Amino acid sequence: MYKQLNRWFPVFVLPTLAAFCVAFLVPFVMGVWLSFHRFTTVTNARFVGLENYVRAFTEDDGFLRALGFTAGFTAVSILTVNLLAFTLALLLTRRLRGTNILRSIFFMPNLIGGIVLGYVFSLLVNGLLAFWGVDITFSATYGFWGLVALNIWQLSGYMMVIYIAGLQNVPGELLEAAAIDGASAMTALRRVKIPLVMPSITICTFLTLTNSFKLFDQNLALTAGAPERQTQMLALDIYQSFYGRVGWQGVGQAKAVLFFLLVAALAALQLGLTRSREVDA
Amino acid sequence: MKQKKQLRRLVAVLLAATLALAMAVGLAACGRKTDDTLSVRYLNFKPESAEKYQALAKLYEEQTGVKIIVETAANNTYEQTLAAKMATDEAPTLFQINGPRGYAAWKDYCADLKNTQLYQHLTDKSLAVTDGDKVVGIPYVVEGYGIIYNTAITDKYFALADKATPYTSMDQVNSFEKLKAVVEDMQKNAAALGIEGVFASTSLKSGEDWRWQTHLLNLPLYYEFQQGKLDLTDPKATEKISFSYATQFKNIFDLYIENSLTDRKLLGSKTVVDSMSEFALERCAMVQNGNWAWSQIKDVSGNKVKEENLRFMPIYTGVEGEEGQGLAVGTENFYAINSKASEEQQKAAADFIYWLYSSKDGKRYVTQELGFIAPFDTFSEGETPNDPLAREIARWMAMDQITAVPWNFTLFPSARFKEDFGASLLKYAQGGKTWEDVVRDMVAGWERESSAATL
Repeated sequence: MYKQLNRWFPVFVLPTLAAFCVAFLVPFVMGVWLSFHRFTTVTNARFVGLENYVRAFTEDDGFLRALGFTAGFTAVSILTVNLLAFTLALLLTRRLRGTNILRSIFFMPNLIGGIVLGYVFSLLVNGLLAFWGVDITFSATYGFWGLVALNIWQLSGYMMVIYIAGLQNVPGELLEAAAIDGASAMTALRRVKIPLVMPSITICTFLTLTNSFKLFDQNLALTAGAPERQTQMLALDIYQSFYGRVGWQGVGQAKAVLFFLLVAALAALQLGLTRSREVDA
Repeated sequence: MKQKKQLRRLVAVLLAATLALAMAVGLAACGRKTDDTLSVRYLNFKPESAEKYQALAKLYEEQTGVKIIVETAANNTYEQTLAAKMATDEAPTLFQINGPRGYAAWKDYCADLKNTQLYQHLTDKSLAVTDGDKVVGIPYVVEGYGIIYNTAITDKYFALADKATPYTSMDQVNSFEKLKAVVEDMQKNAAALGIEGVFASTSLKSGEDWRWQTHLLNLPLYYEFQQGKLDLTDPKATEKISFSYATQFKNIFDLYIENSLTDRKLLGSKTVVDSMSEFALERCAMVQNGNWAWSQIKDVSGNKVKEENLRFMPIYTGVEGEEGQGLAVGTENFYAINSKASEEQQKAAADFIYWLYSSKDGKRYVTQELGFIAPFDTFSEGETPNDPLAREIARWMAMDQITAVPWNFTLFPSARFKEDFGASLLKYAQGGKTWEDVVRDMVAGWERESSAATL
């Protein structure tokens, strides 16, 4: 068996491996390497040790503030997106009329690009706020909820599809048995359906967590940080430090490395937590 | 069976070989140096002129046999594109820096241009970017900005029977005090003039606020630098500022946001394009912008502004003696030649720009196609661009007793400083920040960014 694997390795794995190295591994390693340098272009870098990392925290509070904002946004997003998506999935697995059309409609926002969506939402939110004679740049609260609304609108449909797939895999006989035993709809949901769709919950929380944390286009198009960088999320802050000052590319790079570590750690923690609750039917 | 196995093995070997070959070719391409024919790579940063540069390159190749490869950075991504390209073998030979601050970033790549022919013909040598004895950037276009107004509307105002000001033409309005009187009275008579407000929206959306955080801020700082008699070639001289003309900045800024067709609380979502189309559709009478705005005004669908009705006036802010102030004229476009390119290529690049600004064909391109006001003595008086705003700049520059304001914003410490100041102005316009706080944050921001930039 192993011999077979070895023999076919070049054919099946090498092309993908090569592509993976060129498009992912090399840039990643270079990115980490650059975070310890001061550079204008990747070819003229000067080693500066941990200076960039120190500067990421000491020079201004932008990074930490963005971290706080992003964390709050992500927490709210995970809750709202998943609650809404799960509710929609429950409703749309009940063989209602027009289920298929509704599923497509809910899924569609996911196919629209972030910049376009951000722009459309800025028109919507500003149109609404115009009743009070202000716009979204007026207060960070408006920006925060504008972003949350956008995120819910964009992600819910996608998560809904995953939940629908999970719910459809719940064996009918289990639900029937529960009904015979006298379980109410609520009990069946809590004791049968939710434990069995735990794998979907794992995936959905993972996707909402990482997507919300890494949000960039929507942030740029909707608020661009206004007012005064208060609605600036981590990805945008990194971008701004990279291009905002001459000679600060290394600091942006260092922030990007920290950002990666943070997202990876959070995602691993979340996967561990939700996985431990997965059960077999 | 055995045959089948052999066939499979053959396929495997072939596939692996193809892959190896592809990688080898890729690597070889990376290691490849220049082509045999001499070529100059130029990184253009004006997407709107991309096609014109392509045509120009073709013409130059026909005449001289030297190939010009024009690459264009997408809108507002010039610095990023340059950073990405410089790291490759396809690094540009000819590129632009935006002044002393841009030079600081590209120091390692800027060749000394003192001995180039083009530099010899530069009319005002002080415009060039220098480093000690070296000349590292040659300005190749002069631009100007001020307040653009539409005489169709201002003349209508001066003809009003019940106007409250004594003036009969905009030519008499030569100070902030007079401008304020006229503007406020026009705003009162907006309905009679058929406009919604005097000034176009003060676009303060992030990324759209450069007319205020860069261009308008240039004026008070110019006066501050002049008052302090600073040597602007010394980077130490501008490490700290006091924003001593902040009141004057506030004068004009307040005038803009109070006498506009947009409520001051709603400026955070207005863009430059919004402002220019408001002006083009005659919904307002005045807008602060530069000569590059002509194409924007012209191209707005339903444009009502007539070419002959466009005028420029200086941005008056209430500084003593400002009657003699002209438009803000300068440049942030400087040619730089890549010092890491071969001698031969560097020379070819220098020859190309000299040809562009001295030969008959080149000059025609500069004035007619690119619409540049060129700062070189190779151009005679008649050789100027043909758009109404460029002509206005020439008119103001030719006036006696009028001194143009130079572009000192090339000395602004960083993009970050400008963004922060823009955000601060928005907060002020919305009423969430006092003017004292705006001034304090601006002064602190300048100092912080100066020290951050000169690490």
